[in-house]
Amino acid sequence: MTGPAERGEALARQAREGDRRALARLLTEVENGTPAAEAALRLLYPLAGEGHFVGVTGAPGSGKSTLVAALVGEARTTGRAVAVLAVDPSSPITGGAILGDRVRMQAHAGDRDVFIRSVASRGHAGGLATTTVAAAAVLDASGFPLIFVETVGTGQSEVEVAAIADTTVVVQAPEMGDEVQAIKAGLLEVADIVVVNKGDRPGADRAAAQLRGMLTVGAQHDRAAGDRPRPKRPQVMLASALTGAGVAELLSALDRREEARGRQPATELDRSRLARADAQLTGIMTQRLAERLRGSEHAAERSEALRQIAAHETDPYTAADRLLDLLGGTTRG
Amino acid sequence: MSNRPIKVIIAKPGLDGHDRGAKVLARGLRDEGFEVIYTGLRQTPAMVVSAALQEDADVVGLSILSGAHMTLLPRICAGLREEGLDDVLVTAGGIIPDADIPALQEAGINRVFGPGTTIREVAEYIRGNVRQREE
Repeated sequence: MTGPAERGEALARQAREGDRRALARLLTEVENGTPAAEAALRLLYPLAGEGHFVGVTGAPGSGKSTLVAALVGEARTTGRAVAVLAVDPSSPITGGAILGDRVRMQAHAGDRDVFIRSVASRGHAGGLATTTVAAAAVLDASGFPLIFVETVGTGQSEVEVAAIADTTVVVQAPEMGDEVQAIKAGLLEVADIVVVNKGDRPGADRAAAQLRGMLTVGAQHDRAAGDRPRPKRPQVMLASALTGAGVAELLSALDRREEARGRQPATELDRSRLARADAQLTGIMTQRLAERLRGSEHAAERSEALRQIAAHETDPYTAADRLLDLLGGTTRG
Repeated sequence: MSNRPIKVIIAKPGLDGHDRGAKVLARGLRDEGFEVIYTGLRQTPAMVVSAALQEDADVVGLSILSGAHMTLLPRICAGLREEGLDDVLVTAGGIIPDADIPALQEAGINRVFGPGTTIREVAEYIRGNVRQREE
C-alpha cells in the first residue's frame, strides 16, 4: 500500500525516464491539485528552468493552434522535443469543456518527442496560472526544452498565463480593425512578438505595417521614463501557418530571445520569471489559506463570520482580519 | 474524488466526412459536465491511441459511419492495449450492424451505441463504468 506522496514521486521518476504514460498521469494529478502532484513537483521543480516557455495567445479564430502546430513541425526539424499545453475554457455552469485544439495538431501523432496536452481552464483553486506553470515545469523537467502554452486571448486568467511565459506571442488575424485597435490597452501590451497570421490573405502586409507603426510609437519616451512601468515594444512579424511562410523566421526569433536570456547573469532574472514566481507563490498561498479556512477546525468561526457579514452586523474587512488572526497570521502592519 | 471531471476523447476514425453526430455528442457531454477532447475527422488508429495516452483520457468514444469499423476499431483497441491503456473505457457509435457487435466487444470495445441513443444514456453509461482513479 503506497500513499499519494510515493505515487507522485514514482510518477516523477518515470516521467523523467521518458515514460509518456507516467507523464500524462502526472499532468492529471497536477490539474487536480492532488498531494501526489505536490510531492512530484517538490522533486521536479528544482530540475526545471532550462526550457523555453512560450505563451501564445490571441482572439478566437486568429489561427493560434495552426501556428503552434507549424512551429512544432519546424522545431522538430532541428530534433528538439516539443510540448504543447492547449488551454480551452470550462463552462462555469456545468464544469464541462470542449477541448478542440488537437484538431489542428494531429500531424505529429506518431512522434514520441511531441507531447500535446489539452487543459480545461476550470475554476482552478489558486488560479489557472499556478496549474499551468506547474504543468510546464513537469514537462521541462521531463526533457522538453521548448514548451508552448496556448490560451485564448479573452479572459484575464487566460491572458495572464501567456503574459508570464518567458516569451509571449500574440497572434492577430489581418482583419483586426484599424490603427486605433492597435493602440488600445490590453492584449497587445503583453506581447514580446506580435504575429500577423494568415499572411497569405490580402491586407496582411498593411496590417503588419500599421501595427509596426503604432506599437513602436513612444519608444523614445522609454529612456526618460525612469522607474515607471514601461510598455513592451514588441517585434511585429508576418506569418502564414497555412503555407508555412514566416514560420521558420518566427522560430528563429523565439530562439534568439532564449539565447539572449541564457547569456544574462543569474542575478538579472528577467521580469517574466519573477512575475511567474509571484503568480505561483500568490496562487499557492491563496489556495492554502482557503483550505485552512475551510478546514473543520475553524468551521464554526467561519460560518459565524459569514452570517454576521450577510446580516451586516460586521463589515467584511474586520471579519477577514479576525479570521486571519485566528489562522496565526497578522495582516495589519 | 468522483466530482473531478471525466475526460472523454471523441474521435472519428477512418475516411467518412460526417461529423455532425460526433459534434452533437461532444457538445451534449460538455453540458453533462465532461471534459471532451474533440480530435476531429479522419483519425488514424495511431492518432487516437496517441491522443488517449497524452490526454490521460478516461474514455475514448469512436464515431464511425463508413463501414470500416471491423478493421479500424480492433486496431485502436490493440493499440491502446500495447500502450498499457487497458483501463480506458472504449465506446463506439454510428452505423454498426448488430451482427458485428459481439466481435467488436471481443476485440475490446466496451459498448456500442446505435442510432437513437440519447446523450443522457451515454453519459450515464460512462459515469457508471469509468475507471476509478487512485487517491
